[in-house]
Amino acid sequence: MRSTPMSRTAPGRVGVASDDTSLATPPGRRRVRSTRWAALAFIAPLVVYLVVFYAYPLYRNIDLSLHDYTPRAFVQGNPDFVGFDNFADVISSNAFGLALRNTAIFTLVSIGFQYTIGLALAVFFRNHFRLSGVLRGMFLIPWLLPLIVSASTWSWMLNSENGIVNSFLGAFGIGQINWLTSPEWALTSVIIANIWLGIPFNLVILYAGLQNIPDDLYEAAALDGANAWQQFWRITFPLLRPVSAVTLLLGLIYTLKVVDVIWVMTTGGPGNASTTLAIWSYREAFGTGQPDFSPAAAIGNLLIGIALVAGFVYLYLQRRQERS
Amino acid sequence: MTRRRTWWKTALGVFFTALMLFPVYWMFNVSLTQTSDMRADPPNWFPWNPTFEGYADVFDQQLPNLMTSLIVGLGCVLLTLVIAAPAGYSLAKLRPRGANGISFLLLVAQMIPSVVMAMGFYAIYVRLGWLNSVWGLIIADSTIAVPFGVLLFTAFMSGIPQELMHAAKVDGAGTWRTFRSVVLPVSRNSVLTVSLFAFLWAWSDFIFASTLDRNGDMIPITLGIYNYIGNNTTQWNSIMATAVVASIPAAALLVVAQRYVAGGVTAGAVKD
Repeated sequence: MRSTPMSRTAPGRVGVASDDTSLATPPGRRRVRSTRWAALAFIAPLVVYLVVFYAYPLYRNIDLSLHDYTPRAFVQGNPDFVGFDNFADVISSNAFGLALRNTAIFTLVSIGFQYTIGLALAVFFRNHFRLSGVLRGMFLIPWLLPLIVSASTWSWMLNSENGIVNSFLGAFGIGQINWLTSPEWALTSVIIANIWLGIPFNLVILYAGLQNIPDDLYEAAALDGANAWQQFWRITFPLLRPVSAVTLLLGLIYTLKVVDVIWVMTTGGPGNASTTLAIWSYREAFGTGQPDFSPAAAIGNLLIGIALVAGFVYLYLQRRQERS
Repeated sequence: MTRRRTWWKTALGVFFTALMLFPVYWMFNVSLTQTSDMRADPPNWFPWNPTFEGYADVFDQQLPNLMTSLIVGLGCVLLTLVIAAPAGYSLAKLRPRGANGISFLLLVAQMIPSVVMAMGFYAIYVRLGWLNSVWGLIIADSTIAVPFGVLLFTAFMSGIPQELMHAAKVDGAGTWRTFRSVVLPVSRNSVLTVSLFAFLWAWSDFIFASTLDRNGDMIPITLGIYNYIGNNTTQWNSIMATAVVASIPAAALLVVAQRYVAGGVTAGAVKD
């Protein structure tokens, strides 16, 4: 409930009118108008910012995808209009099916593991024990490190000849695995690194969600003789469902965008073995000596489409949750 | 009995944390490893015989890049606050027409992949000649933080009691004075949270740096690391030393402001 200085039918703040007599400025239309101007003045920088630095780049991106921008035309600004040809080329290309499949696997497997591990840790940290706060804080570190730092550390750990992972596995008699350089393992490797990166985010959000479940529920369940496993499935999991949905969808939206990790570890290779849509778009535009912005922009726009679908589902769920 | 059970959980917690942070430890370990031991099999688990060559390389070669990252990070914080704090105030308390529409757009804006934004910015900067400039990078990096900042400020400022605003008005403060002298001081925690994330995101950014500033005279540290990897794959101690140094702000902020970090992560996703 906000008192409404802007309301037209009630100039001079109905709800708090008792103080008005003491004001130097006479309440009334002038005051209302000045508040409305102030509201616009305070929001104006943001509106300008959104138009210039969000809408315009996005418009340029659509423009790129509908024209045939050769590097020459890119600088001179006189490309041919080709309609949806770029989209058709991208979708009919051999790489598209693989990139779509990799995007699906990368995203779903990543968020599946991040969520499961994050939830298990959140439940574990819910039992307050000595040092639990400090340890939970330390779990945030991977999330705060620059992605390039984490990605390069993982590259070295997964190095075929000198990596610690292969050396560790070797102790159990497992032979050398070419994590980053073989087509069978490249996607798995970047997924492992990405799961590691996403656990802190899931842990923090799910832990916050657990705080909202009243303790009496668990006490009552314990009195009825429910064990920890039953308490989790009967109380924690069902009551956490709205938070879970939000976590998973945000994870989906974030994971669709991932470029840094994959690019630093494998550049999407070998071949296209770990190429997702985001990586494909990045590579076409910036990854080779020959920038090819038009198909890159077309892929990027397809990616926005997928992200927005997930985004609207998220907003719909959150709105429904707020209403209930 | 309960005491023993608690210790058992602490032990397990320490084990999980150690497992989780192993890559971070490994980065540190490798940064101190002698170049000659780099290809030892099995690798050295502890830097028994540490070298500081890697760190010497950081100071020789990466100091300007660290400086650039600092400038970009601080510039991004400033730009984000200047735009987001007044906008949050307006959306929360002044309610201009279309406020709900703007909040919705901000949520959608956060979903746009940065590779797409990078292409759009590239196309614009080519024409304007803004490529490879520090302020071009500051503007691009701020697009990550501004929507988040506005939404966080709006959420917090909505909770400022109306009586407080009214008291300021009774004392004769205009909207601007109310904002400066009442709203901003009360919102100190939000200002800290937004600044912290704006700085960390700009500091960590790789996509915008590698597209908009790749041939710049001043490149940020993330690009410094990336170029390092491309140039000399044998000197992993130098690469990891740079990575350690690049991680310092994150570690420092976590120690100083863990409360705000956890608060910020949650604020973006869950209400209450």
